[in-house]
Amino acid sequence: MSTFIIRGGTVVHAANSERADVLVRDGRIIEVGIKLDGTAATEIDASGCLVGPAFVDLHAHLREPGNEAAETIESGARAGAVGGYGAVVAMPNTTPTIDSAAVVGYVYERARHAVIDVAVAGAITIGREGKNLAPMAEMAALGVRLFTDDGNGVQHGGVMRRALRYSSALGVRLAQHCEMDDLAGSGVMNDGPLAARLGLAGRSALAEEIMVMRDIEFVRASGGRLHFLHLSTRRSVELVVAAKADGLDVTCEVAPHHFTLSEDRCASFDPVFKVHPPLRSMADVEGLRLAVARGDIDAVATDHAPHTPESKDGTFDEAPPGMLGLETAAALTWGAVNGDAHAFFNVLSRRPARVAQLRAGELGVRRIAHGGDVAPGEDASLVIFDPSDSWTVNRHALQSRALNTPFHDMVMTGRVRGTVVGEPVWLNGEFR
Amino acid sequence: MRQSIRGGDLISLADVSRDAIVEVLDVAESFVEVNQRSIKKVPTLKGRVVASLFYEESTRTRLSFETAAKRLSADVLSLAVASSSVKKGESLRDTISTITALGIDAVVMRHMASGAPWQVSRVVPSIRVINAGDGQHQHPTQGLLDAFTIRQVLAERAGTRGSETGSELFHGLRILIVGDIRHSRVARSDIAAYLALGASVTVCAPPTLLPTEVSSWGVEVATDFESALAQADVVGLLRLQVERGSGGFVPSLREFTSLYGLTAEREQLLQPHALVMHPGPMNRGVEIDSSVADGSHAVIERQVANGVPVRMAVLYLTVAGGEGDL
Repeated sequence: MSTFIIRGGTVVHAANSERADVLVRDGRIIEVGIKLDGTAATEIDASGCLVGPAFVDLHAHLREPGNEAAETIESGARAGAVGGYGAVVAMPNTTPTIDSAAVVGYVYERARHAVIDVAVAGAITIGREGKNLAPMAEMAALGVRLFTDDGNGVQHGGVMRRALRYSSALGVRLAQHCEMDDLAGSGVMNDGPLAARLGLAGRSALAEEIMVMRDIEFVRASGGRLHFLHLSTRRSVELVVAAKADGLDVTCEVAPHHFTLSEDRCASFDPVFKVHPPLRSMADVEGLRLAVARGDIDAVATDHAPHTPESKDGTFDEAPPGMLGLETAAALTWGAVNGDAHAFFNVLSRRPARVAQLRAGELGVRRIAHGGDVAPGEDASLVIFDPSDSWTVNRHALQSRALNTPFHDMVMTGRVRGTVVGEPVWLNGEFR
Repeated sequence: MRQSIRGGDLISLADVSRDAIVEVLDVAESFVEVNQRSIKKVPTLKGRVVASLFYEESTRTRLSFETAAKRLSADVLSLAVASSSVKKGESLRDTISTITALGIDAVVMRHMASGAPWQVSRVVPSIRVINAGDGQHQHPTQGLLDAFTIRQVLAERAGTRGSETGSELFHGLRILIVGDIRHSRVARSDIAAYLALGASVTVCAPPTLLPTEVSSWGVEVATDFESALAQADVVGLLRLQVERGSGGFVPSLREFTSLYGLTAEREQLLQPHALVMHPGPMNRGVEIDSSVADGSHAVIERQVANGVPVRMAVLYLTVAGGEGDL
């Protein structure tokens, strides 16, 4: 383990920030202060940059096992490091599904040497079929703290209610992909006048909102902790905010594409813009941006969903839903928080770390704690973020194996200079 | 808005101007004459190769396009999707790359997915793409031939030629479109063409068969079918896909017919000069009674006959860029 000093940045704490150096030794923050003595330490220049807890992604599809052509844990973790992430939660919609201790163990094995920490989400039901509960206690014993059938919502009300009840004794949280299949139908983009003009089948906002309403009432009636994945409408966020005010233990996330891109992109019929839930109206995009800035959202989560070029090459109807996100989320979130560095680290690190229970140290194959304060004694999960660096997204230059970023050629403001997971893993354009 | 389709693709009528549409109608009129000659062939596209690629079954559109291409002296390469490598799982992209390698100048394509022609035009920008119907999105040549038919009939009645009138005959013209507008690519192209030409368009259908916020398209929505019929100069019917009738958009075909069918009784409500149109194939007894389809208001056979000259005009303008002898 090494000793290094991050010098000259603005250190962002939960409530305030200060110009300070950060001294790290053996994976732990030793000292935070002005003009620290750096003898025997490697110097890392952070002037002009924000220094805060490394980001935590609650929602990454790393595709392993089963679709290693699109992404592997190794390549997904590299993409995470470049994006400023210290830890990502790998989603369980793999082949086979992560619905048993055996598959969790396999993923841990693959994640052991990843450049950043990988936590695993298990499935709520066997095979994500929405029928029989997966052995959540068995997976929880291995350190799994989030459970979701993501990609599918749990359709059957009785099953979801039972899952919330059962899980309430395990100290874990369920996460729901909110879309009622009977209302979303075979829709491929937001339902509305644009879909009607383009002759594309619509996925109604109601398909999402009605499941949000339903599940909030389940939590109210039966207890349990619930996280709402990738909310895409203003109304969904309002529902969750109201439920929190009622004292329910519910949390929610939004994805950068939902607060950046509107359904208008679908007019190109380019399947890179196909995602579930779909890109919504401009009013929803603006509503979500505002919710992020206001702190109504617990987490910005990427829903990083790599797909091979072949699979995204077909027609809009045929192409699988999903888009890349890990390497562009920070800049897009910076754009949404209007320069509020506290809000920035809250939604990208501190609050998601709490949702996924990453604040405690070592668990599963995770090496350190995440989302903590930048203070002596804390694990060194850190990001150095340059808020004024402008760059252009090039899909061929991403770490991800896949190319399906909807932000290709878009100019971003704000870029990660360095990511520290105990030690620097990504610094000034190079892996260490 | 494109001011002309010369040298370009024809994928949608939503992005072409009034002038561009009038140009196609005028050129089509001269091809009507070609089709009346004893030798119905001009050398305009000699040496050019037009591929027809139909992922969905179609009799009249495919025949009409292939006849149009042959009368322009193009070589026609017809890919029967049902028995080709597409059946073996070849992607649209690979199929296009393959036929491109054979040296084609244009592809006329029909596909069940909305937007499929845009995908093709992105892959092979040097080849002209002509949309012969994509999913529930557009069927531009049908929209053009419907507009052509209306202008042709009205011009004849006025004792002139359509090309003498530009878009004049559409000004103030009241066109009523009835039936399954939600799932109809023909309706989308017809509405775009009629509005561009200056007509006023009214739609009428059970609410479940109307597109979301259809009034944002610039059309009126009629709730009283019979009074709308009485005011219309042109009535455009659409094929009710039989599976929609039983698929829950309307309770039954019988109920649809009783509320929205153009029956012999309702035909009595029409103004004497009103035209009745249908893009085919018809469900006689569902959206239109047999006697109405064969009656004095109907111009349905003209629509079919005009398919060839209108598609000749489209091929001539897009593939030859409007250059060469007619």
